[in-house]
Amino acid sequence: MTMAPKFKQGDPVQVCERDVTYHRRTPSYVQGRRGHIERFCGAFANPELLAQGRDGLPLINLYRVRFEQAELWTTAEVDADDDSVDVEIYEHWLRQCDEPF
Amino acid sequence: MSIAKIGPHDLGGDDAGKVSPLSRDLQWWEKRIDALYRLLADDRRMILKVDELRAAIEALGDDVYARHDYYERWTLALRNLLVAKQVLDEAEIETRIAALKQNR
Repeated sequence: MTMAPKFKQGDPVQVCERDVTYHRRTPSYVQGRRGHIERFCGAFANPELLAQGRDGLPLINLYRVRFEQAELWTTAEVDADDDSVDVEIYEHWLRQCDEPF
Repeated sequence: MSIAKIGPHDLGGDDAGKVSPLSRDLQWWEKRIDALYRLLADDRRMILKVDELRAAIEALGDDVYARHDYYERWTLALRNLLVAKQVLDEAEIETRIAALKQNR
């Protein structure tokens, strides 16, 4: 039993900021950052629960989210305007962006 | 970066320096540790999951993480996990290590 995907390809999303210490697959460098859904990857057992020895259910939708480099890094060495980073992020870490960017 | 890193594995955005890929063959004990994990996690035993191994590696702490390489971290994390799950206890592990050292 899985939930229908909340986002579709192209949807603008923002990664939630959570100062949590448990195992999670969402790296800190994307938290709070905005990107868009590159694709829906399917539904998978929740790694945050699996890491605690639990069954990881219910399954959680997973997306590949594309971020522009400039959205992630402020350092001077980022000069590639047309470059991006894709990170696979579970649905419970994503929220809809109200405005396009 | 508004969110603090949660562990030594959370590297994105750090200065990487020069990256040197592993260019040696795996040592015998590294293959054994890999095999040991696979046996513990297989469908028949299901003693642990890869996510638990990852969490245990991340929980080693900055200092231990930095001082050990890839399969050394696996080894330390597996030890901690097996003790936490009461598959082995510390005394049992230490006794076995001492015996192996003596027979060397």
